[in-house]
Amino acid sequence: MEGRINIPVGDWIETAVDWILDNLEPGLDGIAWFLGLLTNSFEGALLAIPAWLLVLALVALSWWRVSWRFGLFAIVALGLILGMDLWEPTIKTLSLVLAATAVALAIGIPLGIAMARSDWVEASIRPVLDLMQTMPPFVYLIPAAIFFGLGTVPGAIATVVFCMPPVVRLTNLGIRQVNREQIEAGLAFGCNRRQLLTKIQLPLAMPSIMAGINQTIMLALSMVVIASMIGAGGLGNTVLTGIQRLDVGLGFEGGLGVVILAILLDRITQSVGQRRRASA
Amino acid sequence: MEPIIRVRELYKIFGPNPQEGLRLIEDGLDKDTIFERTGNTVGVKDCNLDIVEGEIFVVMGLSGSGKSTLVRLLNRLIEPTAGTVEVRGRDVTRMSQRELIRLRSEDLAMVFQSFALMPHKTVIDNAALGLEIAGVGRARRRERAQQALEQVGLKAYARSYPDELSGGMQQRVGLARALATDPAIMLMDEAFSALDPLIRTEMQDRLLELQREHRRTVVFISHDLDEAIRIGDRIAIMQGGEVVQVGTPKEIILAPANEYVRSFFHGVDITQVFQACDIMDSENIPVLAPDITVGEARGRIARGTGSEAVVIDAAGRFLSVVQAKRLGELTVDRPASEVAVEVEPVTEETPLADLPGRAARSPVSIPVVDAEGHFRGLVTLPRLVEALDRNRAAATAQGGQ
Repeated sequence: MEGRINIPVGDWIETAVDWILDNLEPGLDGIAWFLGLLTNSFEGALLAIPAWLLVLALVALSWWRVSWRFGLFAIVALGLILGMDLWEPTIKTLSLVLAATAVALAIGIPLGIAMARSDWVEASIRPVLDLMQTMPPFVYLIPAAIFFGLGTVPGAIATVVFCMPPVVRLTNLGIRQVNREQIEAGLAFGCNRRQLLTKIQLPLAMPSIMAGINQTIMLALSMVVIASMIGAGGLGNTVLTGIQRLDVGLGFEGGLGVVILAILLDRITQSVGQRRRASA
Repeated sequence: MEPIIRVRELYKIFGPNPQEGLRLIEDGLDKDTIFERTGNTVGVKDCNLDIVEGEIFVVMGLSGSGKSTLVRLLNRLIEPTAGTVEVRGRDVTRMSQRELIRLRSEDLAMVFQSFALMPHKTVIDNAALGLEIAGVGRARRRERAQQALEQVGLKAYARSYPDELSGGMQQRVGLARALATDPAIMLMDEAFSALDPLIRTEMQDRLLELQREHRRTVVFISHDLDEAIRIGDRIAIMQGGEVVQVGTPKEIILAPANEYVRSFFHGVDITQVFQACDIMDSENIPVLAPDITVGEARGRIARGTGSEAVVIDAAGRFLSVVQAKRLGELTVDRPASEVAVEVEPVTEETPLADLPGRAARSPVSIPVVDAEGHFRGLVTLPRLVEALDRNRAAATAQGGQ
C-alpha cells in the first residue's frame, strides 16, 4: 500500500464555507436579522402575556381540540413547568420552535408543491432531503455557528434546515396521491393550473400536509434542544447545564419540560388536521 | 341535422414516439405489432363519429377498448395525436387553453366512475364546484346547486358530507355537479358501473327522467350491454381502439358488423329491445271500411297473403279484426263487421316481451296502433314465434360457449 487515497471532501467544504463567508455576507446578515426578529417577536409576545393566562389558553385549546382528559393533563403538566420554575426557558424554546417552523413551512410547502408538479424538480430535491435528514444534527451546528456566531439565530437556522424535510416530502406526497379522477374532475369543470392547485390538490392533500407540519414541529423541538450547544438557550440550555455540572436533577427537569412541550404540541397540531365536524 | 359533436379521423397513441406509431398505423400494422416494435400503445384509432344534439350516445366496449380514452379526447383531458373533435362546429383540438377552459366550464360537464367528489366539501358545495371554478358568486352558485340537488332528489342532504352518503347517492351528487352548470353536453364515464345492479337501474331511470325534463346530449361510456340498450338512443361499439359499429340497438342486433359485435350481443334479451312495430306485418293486411260486405271482404283477403283483415273507420282508426274463416258463417251480402272481433290494440312501442301473453289470450292477431289510434299493422302468430325463436337461438348459442 503506497499512500492512502485521501479525497479532501472536508477541505472542499471549508473552501465553500470561506467563499460564502467572504462573498455572501449581506445575505447572511439579512437572514440573521429576519430570524432574530421573528424569534424575538414570538418570545416577546409570549412572555408579555401573564403565565397564568397562557396556561389557561393552552388548557382551553387542549380541552376543546383534543379531549377533556387531555385538558386535565395540560393543567397538571403546565403547572409542573411553572412549579419547576422553567417557565421562561420553556417559552424561549417554544418561540424558537414556532419561528423555525414558520420559516420551514414558508419554504417547505412551496418546495413540496414544486416537487409534486415536476418530476425533474422532485428528482433533484429528493437527494438533498435525504442528506438533510440523515446528516447527524450536530453537524449543522458547525456552519451555523461559523456563519452566524453563537446565540439564538444560528440555533434557529440549524433548526430550520433540520426540520424542513418532512413537510416538503409530505406536501409532495399528498399532492401526488390525489386520485386521478379527482384531478380530472377539476380539469373537466374548467380549472386552470392555479385553481387546480388551490381548489383540488391542496385541499385533498391537506391531511398529508398536516402530518408533515406536525412532524416538522416535532423535529424542530428536538433540534432546538441540541441547538442550545451553540447558545440557543431555552430548555436545552437547562439540560446542557445539568450535563456540565453532572446535576442529574436539573438535567431531568429540563428533559421533562421538553417532553411536556412535545406532547402538547404534538396532540394539538394533530387535532388541527382532523376534520372538526362530529363523525356521528 | 348538424351534429353537436363531430369527430374526424381521431387518433390517440400513447408512448415514447406517437408520431412514429401513427406512421406505422398508416402502413397497416396492427396494434400488437406496433407495441412490439416501438413501445407505443394505440389508444384510439381512426375514430369518426357524429353525435346528434339531444341523444344519449353510448360508447361500449370491453376494458382496454379505448372508450375511456375516447371520451377524454372529447374534452381534451387527453391530447389527441391526430384528427379533429368539433363541438358545435368549433375544433376542440385547436383551442387555446383559455378557450378550452371556457368550453369545459360552459358546455361540457363530466361524471366519473369513482364519483370524484371532494371529501372536505359538503354535498351542496360539491354540486357547486363547477360554478365555483367558473367564478360564480357564493349565493348564486348555492342556489343553482340546490336546484340541481332537487333534480336528483338530494335536496335534504345539502349539508351532509359525501362519506355520509351511499354510493348511489354520491353519484347523484356527481350528477348534480354536472347538471348545476347547465351544460349542453354531459360526458359520463362508466358513471353507474361502480353501483349495485339495483341502484344502477334506478340511476338509469333517473337519467332517462332527467332527459325527458330537459334533453341534453349525453355521451355515456359503458361496458354493460343491458345498460347501453336500456338508455342508449345509439350505440358505438369499440374494439381495440376502433369504432367497429354505430347504430341503434336494433340495427346492431339485426346486422352486427362483425363476429366481435355478434358475440357481444349474444346474451341480450331482445324481447326488451324489440317492440311491436318491429315485428308487425304492416304491408299485406287488407283494410276494410266498416260497411263492407262479406263477399267483398273475402275477395280482399284472398288477394292478400294472410287470413285476416282489419276494419278501420274513415279517419284510419282501428276498429276490429276480421278472420276469413269466420266470414263463412254469413251470406255474402251481409256487412263483414258483424263477425269482426273487437280486440284491444297495442301501441307501436309495446316491448316484444309483453306480446306472447297478449297473443295467448287473443283469438286473432294483435293489432298495432299509433298514439292517435291509427292502424299500423298486425302482429301475427308466425311473426311472433319467429321473433321469439331468434331470441331463444341467441340465448342457446351463448349458453353453449
